[in-house]
Amino acid sequence: MKYSTTNVIHHGSKNMSLNNFLSMGGYAVYVWSAYSISFIVLFLNIIIAIRNEHKTLNEIKERLQNNKK
Amino acid sequence: MYKWIHQFGSPKYFYDISFPLSKWAAIICAICFISGLYGGLVLAPADYQQGDSFRIIYLHVPSAWMSLFVYLIMAFSGAVSLIWRIKITDIIARASAPIGASFTFIALVTGAIWGKPMWGTYWVWDARLTSELILLFLYLGYIALQSAFDDKRIAARAGAILALIGVVNIPIIHYSVEWWSTLHQGPTISKFDKPSIHLTMLIPLLLMVVAFKTFYITTLLIRARSEILDYECNSSWVKKYVIK
Amino acid sequence: MLEYIKIFYVILKRDLTLIFREKTDLINSLVFFIIIILLFPLTFGLKSEILNTIISGIFWISALLATCLSLEAVFRSDFEDGSIEQLALSRYPLILLVSAKILAHWITFGIPIIITSLVLGIFLSLSSKIMMALFITLILGTPILSLLGSVMAVLTIGLRGGMLLSVLILPLSMPILIFSTIAIQNAASGQSIIAETYFLAGILILAITLAPIATASALRIRLS
Repeated sequence: MKYSTTNVIHHGSKNMSLNNFLSMGGYAVYVWSAYSISFIVLFLNIIIAIRNEHKTLNEIKERLQNNKK
Repeated sequence: MYKWIHQFGSPKYFYDISFPLSKWAAIICAICFISGLYGGLVLAPADYQQGDSFRIIYLHVPSAWMSLFVYLIMAFSGAVSLIWRIKITDIIARASAPIGASFTFIALVTGAIWGKPMWGTYWVWDARLTSELILLFLYLGYIALQSAFDDKRIAARAGAILALIGVVNIPIIHYSVEWWSTLHQGPTISKFDKPSIHLTMLIPLLLMVVAFKTFYITTLLIRARSEILDYECNSSWVKKYVIK
Repeated sequence: MLEYIKIFYVILKRDLTLIFREKTDLINSLVFFIIIILLFPLTFGLKSEILNTIISGIFWISALLATCLSLEAVFRSDFEDGSIEQLALSRYPLILLVSAKILAHWITFGIPIIITSLVLGIFLSLSSKIMMALFITLILGTPILSLLGSVMAVLTIGLRGGMLLSVLILPLSMPILIFSTIAIQNAASGQSIIAETYFLAGILILAITLAPIATASALRIRLS
């Protein structure tokens, strides 16, 4: 990554407007598709993990109750 | 110190401490994600050459690093499991695999999407991309191998051998940009040199790395908990715990 | 030391006899190899441009797939009738016995593939430079496939899902495939292939040292 020469003087973001944020300087398709795919995958990871935990707990509970009968 | 390490071997101890651990990891993860994304998407200035498309780096680099890191953990747990036969390492290896595969997938996809505006092509068969793709297949093969066995303990040890054979891929991925002339860019961040990247771009990147690490830890602990319950389902502590 | 060599030879002879007694596996794998290779000129025409560009890869891909097929045969029948357990229980190191089985596999499946590809090369009128490169990469690469493949074969014997073996082998054999095809393409354009040869030789040595150890541990794991 080149040392960003145009921004040595600017203190912060040129990205101040919502418009700029959403369109990402014209690269919106790329940036937002990358971010959405990644977040979907990460999200699914967590959801499936939590669901597995509940499922295992319920299975064991059921098995114990069946054994008691 | 040995007593502390030894305690981790007990599934019940691991289960009990995984709750506060995963809670804290999740909190740190959320903080780092939010601050890292804000810093990366809003505060960091647009790159001189690539414009705003470089912001994909905040997902691509952490996920690529984590894909290697998780595989190393899988291989290391496998080795420990083969040598010392510790149940918890079986569980850690088995639980890490899908998370590592997800990270590899994210790295490949974000890299491909980033490649289009940067290099003009979604994919090129150079050393780093090809070996990262091989890594994805290694993860998937590992998961397939694990699910083909009925007995989880034998599955874990068979998987350990597979993971150890595949570990040779990791240095290939890491050093491929130095060994071969390749389209993928060389290392920008090394431990001892001053990084060649601007600080306002670097800090969100480091925050995202921590975010991904804590994400891995959180998800690993949640998965490990279900695995422990499965492994130990006949023991008394599980029975008492479930009834409660 | 002498008795180690003797027992190695005994197991080698045993496996060779068993495979040659039941020639079906051998013939199946060879016919599969030949058919895949012949499918390409059949589809693209014998003298087409496309064929010239992909010819380097065709032989290697077919060798890979044919080896995948043949690998299951190495350990399966022994596993099923229990003789593997006897081998594991014997007082000889399992690594030695397993190496003998892997060598038997290469002799019965790898060498015929090498010979057949040279014959097919003449058939498809490949230049002598390509044939030389093909020969070198195959003679270095097919043992690597046998060694690597036997580890995977032991890990997956008897599991449901027959494709698992191929799914595990193919990613790991990609580097071998890549370097071999680069070597053949370089030879076709007249460049030296010494770099790729060194690389393949290095992988071969690594595989010879490590694969028997991995196979023996995998065997002990499966037998437990």
